[in-house]
Amino acid sequence: MTKKTKSLTNSVITGVVALVVFTATPTWADDVAVKIGNFTFGPQELKVKSGTTVTWTNEDDIPHTVVSPNNFRSKPLDSEDKYSFTFSTPGTYKYFCSLHPHMTGTIVVEAATGSITPQQ
Amino acid sequence: MSTDDHEKGPSRRKVLECMTWAGTGVLWTVAGGVPTSLGIIDEALAQQSKGFTFLQISDSHMGFDKPANPNTKGTLEESIGRVKALTVKPSFMIHTGDISHLSKPAEFDDADRIISDARLDVHYVPGEHDIIDEDQGKLYRERYGRGTKGAGWYSFDADGVHFIGLVNVVDLKAGGLGNLGNEQLEWLEDDLKGRSASQPIVVFAHIPLWTVYPDWGWGTQDSARALEYLKRFGSVTVLNGHIHQVMQKVEGNVTFHTARSTAFPQPAPGSAPSPGPMKVPDDKLRTMLGIASVTFKQNEQRLAIIDTPLQ
Repeated sequence: MTKKTKSLTNSVITGVVALVVFTATPTWADDVAVKIGNFTFGPQELKVKSGTTVTWTNEDDIPHTVVSPNNFRSKPLDSEDKYSFTFSTPGTYKYFCSLHPHMTGTIVVEAATGSITPQQ
Repeated sequence: MSTDDHEKGPSRRKVLECMTWAGTGVLWTVAGGVPTSLGIIDEALAQQSKGFTFLQISDSHMGFDKPANPNTKGTLEESIGRVKALTVKPSFMIHTGDISHLSKPAEFDDADRIISDARLDVHYVPGEHDIIDEDQGKLYRERYGRGTKGAGWYSFDADGVHFIGLVNVVDLKAGGLGNLGNEQLEWLEDDLKGRSASQPIVVFAHIPLWTVYPDWGWGTQDSARALEYLKRFGSVTVLNGHIHQVMQKVEGNVTFHTARSTAFPQPAPGSAPSPGPMKVPDDKLRTMLGIASVTFKQNEQRLAIIDTPLQ
């Protein structure tokens, strides 16, 4: 491998790393969406950094709720209604629909790092 | 298939429709725990002419206005029209829950106004849609819960039959099914204590008390304990709603039966991605909505359930 191609490879890698950081941005952003459709939460399991606001939108023709006992509880969400919760404490949050308890989901909240940690 | 083939005899679809029709009008009698089909609806109505009859309606969902039925008030009115047209006046009505869609006062008002037109006493149990007000069931209990225990359970006697209204939509657990809870089950055990095993029992609750389809939450996780208390009785009839379609199962002396909704149909278990409201062609909707009447014949220990579609 010549020096020239190696340096080219390095810049490609740098570019890929930059792209990964860029596409990963949504999990660092303030807002992540969970869709409620066909009596399921999608995605069913979601990893976010602390400080993230998750917004559930009910796309079914039947009301649903988003309930994590002792953590958060939405009002009944009619079709197209939304519910948002901001996760400020790391941990695993299991939740379900209190009307249709076979509907379950999990939000895993990881500690945010660096200067964007809201805990400081 | 050529057009000619299509013209010969009834199409498969027509045959299926006819089967549906026949299925909706079947009269079941239960004697000694063995169900016998006596025939379709006219014969069934004739059989019904003597005895004690009550009506079941379910899942009115006042306030629902989605494509599966934008006019749930209209179909509830038609259902009550069916009740009023019965030649034998029922003694009373039971409503197995989901009176409202979102527990709003105006929805309960609409239901009360339309249902009261039948001029019958109505005994209610709540569905999960009736207890989603801010205080989780306060509105329901204020309107329908007088003289009941806990979240709204109770019992009463009529014409020698013991009726028990149970609540299995409260305090549901993540990943679970319908739930009766320890307090209610203890009350039930006590309520049945000392009763003669020959007294016919009717239990009614919103979610089926037998496991219809757990993947869709169609069952009650602690119903086995309730059935344990009921197993010494010679005639037990369990009436439910929630699944918006007719289903029946007999287990020993217990007959389980679910009624149609007056609002919208739901798919057969596992036949769709979810149990959500099923949109059917407008001219089919009323074949999938309806009411049920139940007749006891004194001294015969016989029970007959007749499901009548709106169309």
